[in-house]
Amino acid sequence: MAQKTTIWKITSLLLGLGLLAMIMYGCPSQTGMLDTGDAAQRVYVAPGEYDEYYAFLSGGYSGQLSVWGLPSARMFRNIPVFSQDPESGYGYSEETKPLLMTSYGFIPWDDSHHPDFSHTDGMPDGRWIFINGNNTPRVARIDLTTFETVEILELPNTGGNHASTFVTENTEYIIGATRFSIPYEKDKDVPIDSYKENFDGSLSFIAVDPESGEMSMDFQIIMPPYHYDLGRAGKGKSADWVFFTTYNTEQAHTLLEIYASEFDKDYVVAVNWKKARDYVREGRARTVPANYYHNLKDKNTSIAVSTVHDEVLLLDPEDAPDMIYFLPTPKSPHGVDIDPTGEYIVAGGKLATVIPVHSFSRMLEAIENEAFEEVINGIPVLEYEATIIGEVENPGLGPLHTEFDGDGNAYTSVYISSEIVKWSLETFEVLDRIDSYYSIGHLMITGGDTPNPDRKYMIGLTKTSRDRFLPTGPKQLHPAQLYDISGDRMELLLDFPTIGEPHYAQAIRADKIRDNVKQIYDLDENQHPHAVKRPRDARVVRDGDIVRVYMTNIRSHFTPDNIEGIRVGDEVHFHLTNIEQDWDMVHGFAIKGAHSGEVLIAPGETKTTVWRPQRPGIYPFYCTAFCSALHQEMQGYVRVSPAGSDVPLTWRTGEE
Amino acid sequence: MQQLTRILLLLILALVYTGCGNGEGDDQRTDTREAEPELTEFELEHGIGPVTERLDIGDLNVERARRGADIFDRRCTACHRMGRRFVGPPLGEVTEMRSPEFLINFILNPEEMTNRHPVGQELLQDYMTIMPYQNVTKEQAIEIVDFLRYYAETGEDLRD
Repeated sequence: MAQKTTIWKITSLLLGLGLLAMIMYGCPSQTGMLDTGDAAQRVYVAPGEYDEYYAFLSGGYSGQLSVWGLPSARMFRNIPVFSQDPESGYGYSEETKPLLMTSYGFIPWDDSHHPDFSHTDGMPDGRWIFINGNNTPRVARIDLTTFETVEILELPNTGGNHASTFVTENTEYIIGATRFSIPYEKDKDVPIDSYKENFDGSLSFIAVDPESGEMSMDFQIIMPPYHYDLGRAGKGKSADWVFFTTYNTEQAHTLLEIYASEFDKDYVVAVNWKKARDYVREGRARTVPANYYHNLKDKNTSIAVSTVHDEVLLLDPEDAPDMIYFLPTPKSPHGVDIDPTGEYIVAGGKLATVIPVHSFSRMLEAIENEAFEEVINGIPVLEYEATIIGEVENPGLGPLHTEFDGDGNAYTSVYISSEIVKWSLETFEVLDRIDSYYSIGHLMITGGDTPNPDRKYMIGLTKTSRDRFLPTGPKQLHPAQLYDISGDRMELLLDFPTIGEPHYAQAIRADKIRDNVKQIYDLDENQHPHAVKRPRDARVVRDGDIVRVYMTNIRSHFTPDNIEGIRVGDEVHFHLTNIEQDWDMVHGFAIKGAHSGEVLIAPGETKTTVWRPQRPGIYPFYCTAFCSALHQEMQGYVRVSPAGSDVPLTWRTGEE
Repeated sequence: MQQLTRILLLLILALVYTGCGNGEGDDQRTDTREAEPELTEFELEHGIGPVTERLDIGDLNVERARRGADIFDRRCTACHRMGRRFVGPPLGEVTEMRSPEFLINFILNPEEMTNRHPVGQELLQDYMTIMPYQNVTKEQAIEIVDFLRYYAETGEDLRD
């Protein structure tokens, strides 16, 4: 009986607790759904299924570009661009090191902000994606058949290439600009407080070969010493124009936080790039000294080669009328964004209380009517009232960047009040607002910067995550939020951490890229001068202190895998050819004591790592990428003898 | 009566603790690994892969064999020797043991041949490694077979 009573008491207790819990929280499996509706279903991509979009998020101060799927926010790849990559050997291998050369030497880091696709008829065509390096000014091209950085061009006479990369309608030009004005003249040594006399701004126009994608510095335009912040290419009716924002028209050179914020208005710069190009072709540009690197991966050998240039074409607006105009715009504008029709030029005045919207048609009328306030260095300043068509009231504090959905709505990121505001391009009234977590910089809508946006997803790229994820110390990864914008209201779907500090991002329908992606490098097309295409050609060759090891890798051995006759003082070049021809069958190579990263070799590819043995002994090397059931057996030995030793140079694999 | 109340309360208790399951779904986990079908007579004899019927590759063709020697040199010699065991089995007499179709299927579909075919499974036990897929075409595989047939018949290695 006592036992029965106990059971009864426990039953009653459980019943009471269960009922209480149900009343307080509802069914446990549904509590999480109350806030988010069916958000989980909308971002769920089943195992083995593909995402609808590729998204490319800039890596900010990681110098990289990360590749994600939308809507799942699964990361597929992190592409090293202006960075050395311990994972792939990019920037460590002899083939890729030249990509990071600049006129200041080997610079294995940069700050990558704004990716933009190559375009055909205004739409992303999925061939290449470009991204800027802000610090040591550069622009990189990534091939979207291999997701590898294949080219980096340095910008001469530029102090921080921030307003880049933005690409014109048919990839005629990638634009760039000096963020920090500096003396334009190469290596000029002047007092900093002679800013107004000696410093200059510059805009860059990088031409892109339509077939190969190869970039070249076509010309630059010298500008007043303002700070050129962001840019955009026009679209449709404005496709012949590119636009930049300026700040620091005050021309401060110290404590810009105060002194560059004094004026009520700075400018949007409108440049007719076709006219500028025509002037350059007519010979109105001067050739001036410069010093900059152009690094290009050779398609046949896969070796990057650096070319140094010593001059650049410079166009002065004083010699090139009717080409460039200033549109006064409130309070240190940050982003300048063009709506899908090409008519509206939206500036994000980060210190302004409104979002000013200029009209491209009104701008053309103002130019026609010469509605000029003044002319600065040959550049007419249009009257504010003559170009402005609307001001969005109550946009929040610190509007920065705007994207579009193609249905007459604009979405502006607002930094200080940490939100996204949706507003109408017809009434310029705010329609909706949603929180950011926290402090949003850029935002990106799928196709939201193109003439034909997909009104589906929006990503908010935010600056601090604070309490959003399990904490990882004083520094947290920068987060992003995924929103659904297909309905009247913006809806938050997902919050996820990212790589580096994503500034801007791009997204493209997966089918534009997916079917063109390479699965292997064709061994028969490998023209690397040190490739070994058949194991019997594997060998070791000494030329003075330089020893070249021509080595093959295949599951699961190296040929050769025993090498003797290496001496302290030698410089050993391991040329590794992966003779696999199956998708995703990579091999890695690392040797004890190497002052470098590993190299990872894709099927059919040849990669080189240099090793300078410091001490005699036996040095194991091995495959770093788990390649088969006998991966642990994929290893070899190098015997290093003292300098001057007469151990003969021999090599073998197996008993041969 | 007390008994009835207890039964009722127990029923309510059961509901509270089980009523929140989401019905279907819970027990709907499906095993995606389907049962492998039995191998056909053809597959047992001639392998599993793109070749599903006898090929009439004809008599030994020396020109084809020469082309096969070049492909063999580039794609196969990391692991194969003619007269002795290396990473993979010796191939000097393989054409006398296996049909051309079997060899072509093995070259073009090595993973499935190793996973599912009794000969492939036996080879894996012996050699402990799966032959890599080397992205050769069916025509190139026929050329490799002719290179091996030529070696078996004449003892001459066309790579030399």
